[in-house]
Amino acid sequence: MSHPVIGTSVPRKEGRDKVLGRAKYVDDLRFPAMIYGVTVRSNIPRGRISGIHFGDGIPWEEFTIVTAKDILGKNCIALLTEDQPCLAEEMINHPEEAVVLLAHADKYLLEEARRAVRIDTEPLPAVLTIAESMAGAEIIWGADNVFKSYRVEKGDVDAVWGAAAFVVEGEYQTGAQEQLYIEPQGMIAQASADHGVTVWGSLQCPYYVHKALVRLFGLPRDRIRVVQTETGGGFGGKEEYPSMLAGHAALLAWKCGKPVKMIYDRAEDMVATTKRHPSRTVHRTALDRDGKLLAMEIDFTIDGGAYLTLSPVVLSRGTIHAAGPYRCENVRIVSRAVATNVPPHGAFRGFGAPQSVFALERHLDRAAAVVGLTPEELRRRNFIEMGQTLAVHQVVREDVKMAQLMDRAFECSDYHAKRQRFQKQNPGSTIQRGIGFASFLHGAGFTGSGEEYLASEAAVEAAEDGRLRIWAGSTEMGQGTNTVFTQIAADALGLDCDQIEVMQPDTDTVPNSGPTVASRTTMIVGKLVESAALSVQKLLYDRGYLQPGFSAKEFAVACREYIGRFGSLRSMAKYQHPSDLHWDDTRYQGDAYGAYAWAVYVAEVAVDTRTAEVRVTDFVAVQEVGKVINPILAAGQIEGGVAQGIGFALYENVVWREGRMINGQMTNYIMPTSMDTPPIRVFFEENPYSRGPAGAKGIGELPLDGTAPAIANAISNATGVDIRSVPITPEVLLELLEPGACLIE
Amino acid sequence: MPDRITAQKITVHCEINGVRTQLEGFPMARLLDVLRELPGLTGTKEGCGEGECGACAIEIDGQLVNSCLVPVLHAEGTRIRTIEGMANGETLHAVQQALLKYGGTQCGICTPGMILAASNLLGRNPRPSEVEIREGLAGNLCRCTGYTKIIESVLEACRNTRSLSDSRVSEPSR
Repeated sequence: MSHPVIGTSVPRKEGRDKVLGRAKYVDDLRFPAMIYGVTVRSNIPRGRISGIHFGDGIPWEEFTIVTAKDILGKNCIALLTEDQPCLAEEMINHPEEAVVLLAHADKYLLEEARRAVRIDTEPLPAVLTIAESMAGAEIIWGADNVFKSYRVEKGDVDAVWGAAAFVVEGEYQTGAQEQLYIEPQGMIAQASADHGVTVWGSLQCPYYVHKALVRLFGLPRDRIRVVQTETGGGFGGKEEYPSMLAGHAALLAWKCGKPVKMIYDRAEDMVATTKRHPSRTVHRTALDRDGKLLAMEIDFTIDGGAYLTLSPVVLSRGTIHAAGPYRCENVRIVSRAVATNVPPHGAFRGFGAPQSVFALERHLDRAAAVVGLTPEELRRRNFIEMGQTLAVHQVVREDVKMAQLMDRAFECSDYHAKRQRFQKQNPGSTIQRGIGFASFLHGAGFTGSGEEYLASEAAVEAAEDGRLRIWAGSTEMGQGTNTVFTQIAADALGLDCDQIEVMQPDTDTVPNSGPTVASRTTMIVGKLVESAALSVQKLLYDRGYLQPGFSAKEFAVACREYIGRFGSLRSMAKYQHPSDLHWDDTRYQGDAYGAYAWAVYVAEVAVDTRTAEVRVTDFVAVQEVGKVINPILAAGQIEGGVAQGIGFALYENVVWREGRMINGQMTNYIMPTSMDTPPIRVFFEENPYSRGPAGAKGIGELPLDGTAPAIANAISNATGVDIRSVPITPEVLLELLEPGACLIE
Repeated sequence: MPDRITAQKITVHCEINGVRTQLEGFPMARLLDVLRELPGLTGTKEGCGEGECGACAIEIDGQLVNSCLVPVLHAEGTRIRTIEGMANGETLHAVQQALLKYGGTQCGICTPGMILAASNLLGRNPRPSEVEIREGLAGNLCRCTGYTKIIESVLEACRNTRSLSDSRVSEPSR
């Protein structure tokens, strides 16, 4: 048996190809006779299409032209519903709606042609903000512009207000955020009546794309094949949209009979694809004289954009996380996702939780000030513990120690000494320093009965030489799936990592392991990999080919003999929902998640009061995530998430005009560079989760939740201003520091 | 964009990763595109197409440039180094080795440009401080790592280079 590899930082499985520049991303693939495709989009937020005009000077007869009329199946991107068209036919519901597709071998000519297509429209009044949508003057979706609403009730909030020593109210907002993976969206399709449809692309969820193509083409499932190529970042942005792009490339390929490649340029990627949902949260909180939470009433709204996409699920996670890791006997959370005439908002790491957690953690700092406690003392008096119930009535079964996490975070960041020192040093200085924190939780896996519904599968197969192959629909997009699965399988059987091979996700060969989202891949699918690997071992034990305590060589011999006798050695594991986890979808109560990651993040900032610029000068992230499988990869997840959180808090500002993002470039939509990020210091507490592989829980989304409120609280600590929204750009902060100093639209 | 009716393709002579090569393209074609059309040279990536992200970074005569902003006609008579020219056969460059070992690559799309920028920095400044590394890599955007492990990797690469006196890094970059 080899040494355990779980808990060690084995190098990234595909890392060598990446540092050598040999990894093949979709734009690196070229097929014989391949041509290129582009999209012609609408140019108004809402209206009716009255005609499509193809301008002069373009040899249109050389082009493949696709409109909604060319769609063989249903004109939709099938996901939760089928409301979003693949190509707009009559109605325009947002300014980036795809209307016409063009393909040609000459990229330059293609670009000229795109500009020569004019879509004639009759405009209708557009709904562009949450407020306009809720006012309901124009109904653009369903009966009331509401995609989905939830109501969580615990205890009786209405009975508390009169008796409370303090009632604190506040409204908070978060802006849209672009995922900004550095590899833009891209897809290659090959399609014909004889061979069906195959797409290769940069994507997170092969079976989402598969489902959408089955519906779009009206073909049997086995006539559609989806292959994931090396994926240069996703962060949620390649969860839904690749279904759209795959549909477009496949429609062109079907019509022209040649492989068609579509790669978005940065501008198209930024303006047309999904972003984080903008949000508005209103808090009303009752506390007693000692600062104990008596009642929390939370009203949470997100802007879903023009179509439903995943908004109900984003809303769900945001709703469940809105009351945080605190005990409170009386909670009401009312939430809704509303429609607007902007491109649909979608999945982005955190998935609704960063929005509602920002509101809560800013609100609690404000509440502490009202009660007359420090922010940490208010939290300490209200932290949830094992055996107590969360807002959704979930009894916490993990031995959570939020106060310990907070102590460690304060120790690592020197929080108390710095808070005192800054208070002394700030007066009279143009640089105001501050330190702040946020405490939070993040549920791993699909919400409620989601995992039961997904019923994911993963398979492990042994080869005659004793190598193991892992077959899973989970994708590697930089987060470390390949390496983590390898470590789990290696340790399950006591093999070396180089004996394990993770197969390329291809819907013709891998089972449906569910989408690669929701911090679920390590915890849920990793557990399936572990189970399948152990089943392979059990088969060998049961048939007498292997004895416990085997060497790698003995394992290889056993595999060869078994395969010689039975033909193959393969085991499939299927998710079994634990019988003690219950969720009630109608009352929105129960075990929302099998496990949570718990965290306290501390941010230190320096605010230049002359320019209102904020620098994050130190960042400490302490979390409990169960067993850490690979310390370097795990820390990398947290560090990268914190950097995205710094962007969300300070820099990343989507500027809208008539429903369209007008700063869709990396030059004017600003993400953090190496000069804008401090050293990010990451610490793990390990409390193994009995149902995770080797005790692991999910971590991917966690860092997005607490970073922005920690920074906002630090800025408030530094300057005394009351931050109510992100991003906190210099324009926003200057207006708070000196009201009237800055004109903001 | 070249005028497709009147512009003529030109031939450009240069050396790519030590091999004398002829490039063909419209004079103003992006060097990025022309390189990526060549067999085995797709390691140089496009992230933004406007010189902001650094994914397409290469060296021309030892200078770090964004190849999306360089017209192919500027390559005449130059020596070009791309990510494919960083390793010595199967032996990784110290920066490549460090990124692999210390978690400096995640999704990998920024990695080729990041390696070119880091190696170029070490050619000019073999012992950079953390701040100098951050400045040296400020033109290369990474959305995965938060830069922490990239900076650590480059610091480690310097240490290893000093202890092994790896000439591939301590010499000027061409």
